[in-house]
Amino acid sequence: MLFDMMRDPAVLVLGAIIFAGCSGLPGLFLRHGPLGQQLATAGALCSCLVALPSIVWLLLSGRGGSFLLEWNLPFGPCEIALDPLSLFFLIPIFLVFAAGSLYALGYWPAASRRDSERSVTFFYGLLAAAMALVVVARNGALFMIAWEVMALSGYFLLVTEHEEAEVRSAGTVYLVASHIGAAALLVLFSTLRSATGDFAFPAAGSLQLAQGGATLLFCLALAGFGSKAGIMPLHIWLPSAHANAPSHVSALLSGVMLKIGIYGILRVLSFVPQRPLWWGALLAVAGLTSALMGICIASAQKDIKRLLAYSSIENLGIISAGIGIWLIGEGTGNPRLAYLALAGALLHLLNHALFKPLLFFCAGSVMHATGTRDLDRMGGLSARMPFTSLFSLCGAVAICGLPPFNGFASEMLLYLGFFGEARAPEPYVALGAPVLALVGGVALICFVKLYGIAFLGAPRTELAARGHEAPAAMLAPMALLAGLTLLGGLFPQLFLALVNPALSALSPAGAYPGALPVRPLWFAVAGGSVIAMAAALFLALRLKGRSLPAGSGPTWGCGYLRPEPSMQYTGSSFGNLFGSLLAPLVRARTRVGVIAGVAPPAVQLGYAPEETVLDRMVLPSVSVVGIGFAFLRRLQHGVVQVYILYIFATLLLLMLWVH
Amino acid sequence: MIDTLLHLVLVLAMPPLLLGVIGKTKAAFAGRVGAPFLQPYYDLGRLMRKGIVLSDTTTWLFRAGPVITLAATLFAALLVPLGRHAAPVSFEGDMILFAYLFALGRFFTTVAALDTGSSFEGMGAAREVTFSCLAEPTLFFALITLTRLSGTMSLTPMLHHVTPPVWVATGASLLLLLTGLFVVLLAENCRIPFDDPNTHLELTMIHEVMVLDHSGPYFGCILYGAALKLYLLGALFVNIAVPFALGDGYLDWALFACAMLALAVAIGVVESVMARLRLIRVPQLLVAAMILTAFSLVLVVR
Amino acid sequence: MNSLADQLLVLCLLLNFAVLGTSRLGFSVRAVALQGVLLGVLPALVHPFSWHLAGIVVSIILAKGALIPVLIMRAIKKAEIEREFQPFIGYIPSLVLGALFTSLAFIFAAKLPLAPEHEGLLVVPASIATLMCGFLVLMGRRKAISQVLGYLLMENGIFIFGLLLADAMPVMVEAGALLDLLVGIFVMGIVINHISREFSSIDTSRLSALREE
Repeated sequence: MLFDMMRDPAVLVLGAIIFAGCSGLPGLFLRHGPLGQQLATAGALCSCLVALPSIVWLLLSGRGGSFLLEWNLPFGPCEIALDPLSLFFLIPIFLVFAAGSLYALGYWPAASRRDSERSVTFFYGLLAAAMALVVVARNGALFMIAWEVMALSGYFLLVTEHEEAEVRSAGTVYLVASHIGAAALLVLFSTLRSATGDFAFPAAGSLQLAQGGATLLFCLALAGFGSKAGIMPLHIWLPSAHANAPSHVSALLSGVMLKIGIYGILRVLSFVPQRPLWWGALLAVAGLTSALMGICIASAQKDIKRLLAYSSIENLGIISAGIGIWLIGEGTGNPRLAYLALAGALLHLLNHALFKPLLFFCAGSVMHATGTRDLDRMGGLSARMPFTSLFSLCGAVAICGLPPFNGFASEMLLYLGFFGEARAPEPYVALGAPVLALVGGVALICFVKLYGIAFLGAPRTELAARGHEAPAAMLAPMALLAGLTLLGGLFPQLFLALVNPALSALSPAGAYPGALPVRPLWFAVAGGSVIAMAAALFLALRLKGRSLPAGSGPTWGCGYLRPEPSMQYTGSSFGNLFGSLLAPLVRARTRVGVIAGVAPPAVQLGYAPEETVLDRMVLPSVSVVGIGFAFLRRLQHGVVQVYILYIFATLLLLMLWVH
Repeated sequence: MIDTLLHLVLVLAMPPLLLGVIGKTKAAFAGRVGAPFLQPYYDLGRLMRKGIVLSDTTTWLFRAGPVITLAATLFAALLVPLGRHAAPVSFEGDMILFAYLFALGRFFTTVAALDTGSSFEGMGAAREVTFSCLAEPTLFFALITLTRLSGTMSLTPMLHHVTPPVWVATGASLLLLLTGLFVVLLAENCRIPFDDPNTHLELTMIHEVMVLDHSGPYFGCILYGAALKLYLLGALFVNIAVPFALGDGYLDWALFACAMLALAVAIGVVESVMARLRLIRVPQLLVAAMILTAFSLVLVVR
Repeated sequence: MNSLADQLLVLCLLLNFAVLGTSRLGFSVRAVALQGVLLGVLPALVHPFSWHLAGIVVSIILAKGALIPVLIMRAIKKAEIEREFQPFIGYIPSLVLGALFTSLAFIFAAKLPLAPEHEGLLVVPASIATLMCGFLVLMGRRKAISQVLGYLLMENGIFIFGLLLADAMPVMVEAGALLDLLVGIFVMGIVINHISREFSSIDTSRLSALREE
């Protein structure tokens, strides 16, 4: 019987989840040393190797699995089900978890990080398992338990380097935002329970509520899940959290945890059969605004990981906009638009879970080599770190949505949806296309900046001059992810085969054409031709170059007597031109020393971009609220006995009132 | 078959001629004789024979940049219909591929510029990425209007849908669209009023400064690629501006070639009568072009 | 309920007064321990015999009569105190208030809508009175150890109320109650330790120094 159970892919997946969660446990009990971490990595890889084929098999064969946990807890028996939507979201969880664990062997080794490695490894596994449990839970209480475990594991991973004040404050903002979102979710699930009678999730499309009830549910879901997904203006925790966490943790947070927010929104949407049009419009507008603002703020950043964090906000905005357009398409009875938008959104979700962790791994590799996160101090790393540079190039081209990588495929689907609407009587949806084009253009600025300033040119400081290549444990996951991005760009039909079953879980089966207006072969033809032509030209020119006189020398110094590497364009200067166009939106604080006298001493100029929403809207409003509460301080006199007196007096009052 | 061959021949052979015509036009305005029409061909031939000087700071990306840009532009050349003939490669959504291939080229050109570690190239790269990101939405608004008019999402049927009756029906909108497209053409190809292709002062350069350190065959690739890009965006423009179908295959090719030359003359005229804009004005002009094309969409929707 | 149970409950009420009236901490701990033992015996008198019941009785006697008092005595020895000086509510006023609250408890119990078989029993008034005396100790004493004793009195009061459940109590409830008690004691132990370390005394009125200005 056990053997039969082992052959059931659904059981294998569940087992892999539990195994992943326990992967960090042996390390806690072993002595300090590399063995615990190696066991954890082996466990992570095993669980991924077991789970991913099972998930793919289950998705492609259309089967699922469902398990009922009968335990005597107050919220009743809990159901765990693997339907195509859950299976789809499990793919990035396992993939990034395994890649990150392997990466951590080189990036956060037990040998050099004695104090923190065991807890990081443990919470990494716990985070992955909690996310997987969130995705498969079908009971509101179990969902919330897993959600809290996920949020707290994320917190403990985030504050690994808690000696620095910046990390601590990032953790605090994360915790506060996370629990405000969790509060919204608690209200959501309580409302659901009072409507259906128990904590179990209603089946798809079966929730019958008055219109106000459904709207309340949607708004709560948007607040709770949207804050986890980083939709503006609920994103305030995201940039500092992802910037201050260790790189493999940032990869998991950015590549997967944000998607769990999207999963939540999709799951709540699936409960309600009739989804009003304005929900879709709200999501689409919020998503596109989030995307545009996110990438504009990213273009001003000089910290590599902050730039990547804001870029995550942009991509999540695109995904949310896609979901919004899907709702609009459904609401207006336009199956073509609905399919393209949702397929584009989910494909972009999967693609983002590939190239964002790749970019974070590359950023971690760069930090490992140079010891700094500041773009303006880097340069010329390509010579010393050729592989990191190559994978980083793949990631940068992919995230800009350029062919032949996978970002282009998902953006193409969204564009097809938008352009198709241009033929409609009221082509408001088509306006999304120029916005997406603008977003893509600004993304180009950001990633040319990231790649060019960090890896190319001459080293700007000593830190960059002594960079060294990352160990193989760090390069292997980067190579895998880079390969997958290229594969997804040339053969998007492979990834679409995983996306299509998930669509059926969200809408009645057979409602979608299922076929793309563009034959997927064209992606391979176009991408392959460009790559082939480029390679042919490159080789031809090299051959030609052999027969021509060649010379080399330093770059022309632009007429300066002594050109210095510090005269190169820095990241800040590169983004400054675009930033000047956005002056009210994206400010930068400049600190200038005073220059006085005829022969002034050395003076420093500093430049730091500020967080628009956090610094200008949230913090001022919080301090206003604080002033309002000052009068309540007088009730706080600190004597315990008086507090107990208050309680006793209330109790007496209640007793005397009984009749 | 013949059409495909002629398409390839035209697209590969004609672009430098446009540059020659522009040069001759500007010379005519200045009262000079100017370089011969075929000068760009001679320049390319000369560059192919010249030696290569590479900077020590650069990596393989510096040599790969021009090559990838040219490869992307060559594939884009297969997507654009020339005149009333169909393009060799045509499918739903190929216009998005068209726009993004140019973006791919831009990525690698700017990255190759940053590879040199020179502040000039960095400046040129920064300007290029900023201005082109403002030009993208204009192109997309134009494509939306054309999609709405034609009902298809492939370049060939979209552009062939614009015929004289369509012009009569939606003339105002198409005029606005053409103006926007012309601005995009000038901006993307670094023509006055956005950029001066003949300047040598770094303060005024955008595209020229990005390619400062390239030499020999690689520089030839860059020159050819730039000419090809001008040709393709010009073909897009001409397909809308000259919507006549003469019925005979060869006459259509001839008409198209003449229209492209006329466009080159027009660009030369614009370059001669206008001066280069101050850099602050460039974003404003691009946004104005975006508004014009958006307005053309509004007119079509009405 | 038989009269033996009633007498034991009266003894519990007297023990309340003992705790309220004394300043010696050791004596108070022993009084509360004795009360705990009495309460452990009570279920045996009220419910019919079963092994489950015997188990509960033994565990309650051990926990309330032996384990917890030992822990508290150890804390007292470590903190090196013997008496409660200057409580907020003096000893005579405490006794008077205790008597007042006990009579209030009887009046209140008469007003409650109890099941017919439970009316007129001593259980409900005793439990409410013990609860209120626990509150009084919590409010009136300074030392943290006294607060623990007040908490224990409150727990005893709640336990007495639980005797009303006619059938043998489910293991879960009982285990929950005992666990709750143990955890409370542990927490208090830790808190006392920290207060003592921070302020070199276990005078809880010093805690007001922690409040935010």
